[in-house]
Amino acid sequence: MHIVVCIKQVPDSAQIRVHPVTNTIMRQGVPSVINPYDLFSLEEAMRLRDTLGGKVTVLSMGPPMAEDSLRKALGLGADDAVLLTDRFFAGSDTLATSYALASAIKKISETDPVDIVFAGKQTIDGDTAQVGPGIAKRLNLQQLTYVAKVEGVDLEKREVVVHRRSEGGVQVLKTSLPCLITMLEGSNSIRFGTMPDMFRAARHQLRTWNAEAAGIEDISLCGLKGSPTVVKKVFAPSARKDKATMIDVTGKSADEISAAAIDAIFKAQPKLEADMLELAAGTR
Amino acid sequence: MSEAKKPVPAKPAGGRAGMKKELPEHFKSYKHVWVFVEMERGVVHPVSWELLGEGRKLADKLGVELAGVVMGPPGAETRAAVAESYTYGADTVYLVEDPLLTDYRNEPFAKALTDVVNTYQPEVLLLGATTLGRDLAGTVATTLKTGLTADCTELAIDDDRSLAATRPTFGGSLLCTIHTLNYRPQMATIRPRVMAMPDKDESRPVGGLIEHPLNMAEDDIVTKILSFIADQDSDKAQLAYADVVVAGGLGLGKPENFKLVTDLATVLGAEYGGSRPLVQKGWIAAERQIGQTGKTIRPKLYIAAGISGAIQHRVGVEGADCIVAINSDPGAAIFEIAHIGIVGDALTILPALTEAFRKRLSVNRMAG
Ligand SMILES: Cc1cc2nc3c(=O)[nH]c(=O)nc-3n(C[C@H](O)[C@H](O)[C@H](O)COP(=O)(O)OP(=O)(O)OC[C@H]3O[C@@H](n4cnc5c(N)ncnc54)[C@H](O)[C@@H]3O)c2cc1C
Ligand SMILES: Nc1ncnc2c1ncn2[C@@H]1O[C@H](COP(=O)(O)O)[C@@H](O)[C@H]1O
Repeated sequence: MHIVVCIKQVPDSAQIRVHPVTNTIMRQGVPSVINPYDLFSLEEAMRLRDTLGGKVTVLSMGPPMAEDSLRKALGLGADDAVLLTDRFFAGSDTLATSYALASAIKKISETDPVDIVFAGKQTIDGDTAQVGPGIAKRLNLQQLTYVAKVEGVDLEKREVVVHRRSEGGVQVLKTSLPCLITMLEGSNSIRFGTMPDMFRAARHQLRTWNAEAAGIEDISLCGLKGSPTVVKKVFAPSARKDKATMIDVTGKSADEISAAAIDAIFKAQPKLEADMLELAAGTR
Repeated sequence: MSEAKKPVPAKPAGGRAGMKKELPEHFKSYKHVWVFVEMERGVVHPVSWELLGEGRKLADKLGVELAGVVMGPPGAETRAAVAESYTYGADTVYLVEDPLLTDYRNEPFAKALTDVVNTYQPEVLLLGATTLGRDLAGTVATTLKTGLTADCTELAIDDDRSLAATRPTFGGSLLCTIHTLNYRPQMATIRPRVMAMPDKDESRPVGGLIEHPLNMAEDDIVTKILSFIADQDSDKAQLAYADVVVAGGLGLGKPENFKLVTDLATVLGAEYGGSRPLVQKGWIAAERQIGQTGKTIRPKLYIAAGISGAIQHRVGVEGADCIVAINSDPGAAIFEIAHIGIVGDALTILPALTEAFRKRLSVNRMAG
C-alpha cells in the first residue's frame, strides 16, 4: 500500500511574536516545525504501513528549507519524501496550494499508485482546514475529515472503515480507496524515530520538484495568480476601551470580597440576577 | 490565506491587494447573501441562526435579499428548519429535500450546494465553521474555484460591495481581513458563537421557497454510513451556548482544586470549562477547553479563575457580556479583558464566592 502524507513546515507558534509597530510576524529566529496536526496523520499512515506493508511518502510544498521537515519525517519513519518548491508557488492561498499538491500527488501516482492521502486537520499558521478537502476534490478522492480512528483497511476489497467526528457524535463510515483522510488531534501519538531511521533520513535522496517536474499543467493556477483570496489588511486585536472594575481587596476577607464582587456583577448586568434566580430555581 | 502560505515575498508588499477589482462579466449577475442552514440528525446547528442574523445586516447593506439554504430528508424537521429560517431573517429559502440528505456525507451535500449555487448564483455564501461546515465548504469552494475564508470572526461589506472577512491568524495574535477578488460567490465559514444570536421574529412573513432536486441515487455515493455513535455526555455540547460559564486554569495548582470551579458552576446552574493546559494535563475533557483551539463561548457571565488570559484563551471568551477574573497576579493579561477584576487567591475566593452566591440565590443544589 502506498500512502502520501502532506506535511507543512510552519513557524513554531508558541514562539511567534508580533512586531509592536509594524504588526508583522517576526519570524527571525523562530524555529520551524512540522505542523503539529500533521504528525497525527503521519503516525496513522505509518501504523497502517507497519501492519499492511507498503510505503509512506511525505510531501511538502514550501521554500527550500522545508526540506528540514521532510528529513525530520523520514527520521520518524517515513520511507520517501518529495519537496515541491518553486517561486511560482509563492503566495498561494488554499485553492492554489491544493492545486499544486494535487498535481504532485498525481505525478507521484504515475510511478507508484497512491491508495491513501493523509493531510493534517489544519495548519497552525494558515488554520483553514481547507487544503485537505481541496486536494480530495481535485483528485476525485473520497474525503474523510476529522477522523478519530481508522478502524481498518481491506486491501483486497479496497475498502476503508473510519470513525469520523461530527457535531453530535461519531459517524462510522466505509468508503473505497483511494481516499483522503485528515486525522483528529489526539487520535494517536507520534513515535520516536529509531537510530537506523535517523541515519537513513540524513542520507536519503529526496526528490525536489519545481512546477514543471510536478506536472503542473497550468502555472496561472499557482501562487498569487491562482489565488482568489487576498489579504487586504493585517492588524493587532484592539484593546478594550473600558477598564475592569477592580474589587478592593486590601485588608478584606474572602467573604467581603465575594459580596463586593457579586454586587458589582449584578450592577453591571442588572437582568442577570433575575435570570439566575430563574435558572437556579429550575424554572426554565 | 496568502499571507501564511507565502514562503518568500514574490512581489512588493501589497501584492494583489492593491489590484483593482474588476469583476468578470459572467459574475456580475451573482446577487444576494446566502446562509447554509446546517441540519444534522434533525437538529439545526444554532450557528445557522447566528449567521442569518449577521447575513441580514450584510444583505441590508448591499440592498439585496437574504436566503437560507436548507438540505435534509423529506419530513417535518426539514420543513421546520425552512419555517424557522424566515423567523430568523431569511427572505427566501432554497430547499433540497431528499432521503439521501438524512445524514451528512460530503458527496451528496457538496453536489446539492454546488448545484444550487450554480443555478441561483449568490454573491456571498456563509457557512458555520463546524466540522460539517468546514468539510463541506472546502469541497464546494474547490469545485466552484472560488475563494473561501475560514473560521472568520467578523464580516463587513466594503464600499465597493465586496465582502471583507476578518479572521484571527497565528493563534489570534493578529487579525487579517481577506477579500475574494474576481470570483463569486465570496465564501466564508464563521466560528459558532462569535455572531450574536438574533431574536426570533414570528411575525416576519413567510418568504419565497425555491426547491431544487438532488438528482442522485444511493449507488452514486461511494461513502456509506455504517452507524452513528451519539455522544454520551450530552451536556458537553452545551458549553458554547451556556448563559453562565465558570472556568479554571493552571493557577488552581492541582487537579483536586478544580472541584472549586465545578462547585461554583453547580450553584450558578452554569457550565464549566478550562484553559488548554488543563486538557493537556488531563484535568478536564477536551470538550471543556475554551479558546482558539477549543470552544468559543458567549455567556452573559464568565468567571475565570487562575487563568492568565493568553491570546488563545482570550479569543474564545471576548464575546461574553461580563467577564470576572480572579488572579493573584495584578499584571495578568486577563485583567485587560475582564469587566470585574479580583486580585487574589482563587483557592480562597472561589469557595467564598460559591457560598455568597448560594445565599444570594437561596437555593441549595446538590453539589456534584
Ligand atoms: C496553537 C495554540 C493554541 C492554543 N489554544 C488555546 C486554547 O484554545 N485555549 C487556551 O486556554 N489556551 C490555548 N493555548 C495556550 C495558551 O497560550 C496559554 O498557554 C494558556 O491559555 C495558559 O493557561 P493558563 O492561563 O491556565 O495557565 P498560565 O498561563 O500558567 O496561567 C496561570 C495563571 O494563574 C495565576 N495564578 C497562580 N496561582 C493562583 C492562585 N492561587 N489564585 C489565582 N490565580 C493564580 C497566575 O498568575 C497566572 O496568571 C494555545 C496555545 C497555542 C500555542
Ligand atoms: N504547503 C503545504 N505543503 C504540504 N501540505 C500542506 C501545505 N499546506 C497545507 N497542507 C496540508 O493541508 C492541511 C490543512 O492545511 P490548511 O488548510 O492550511 O489548514 C495541513 O495540515 C497539511 O497536511
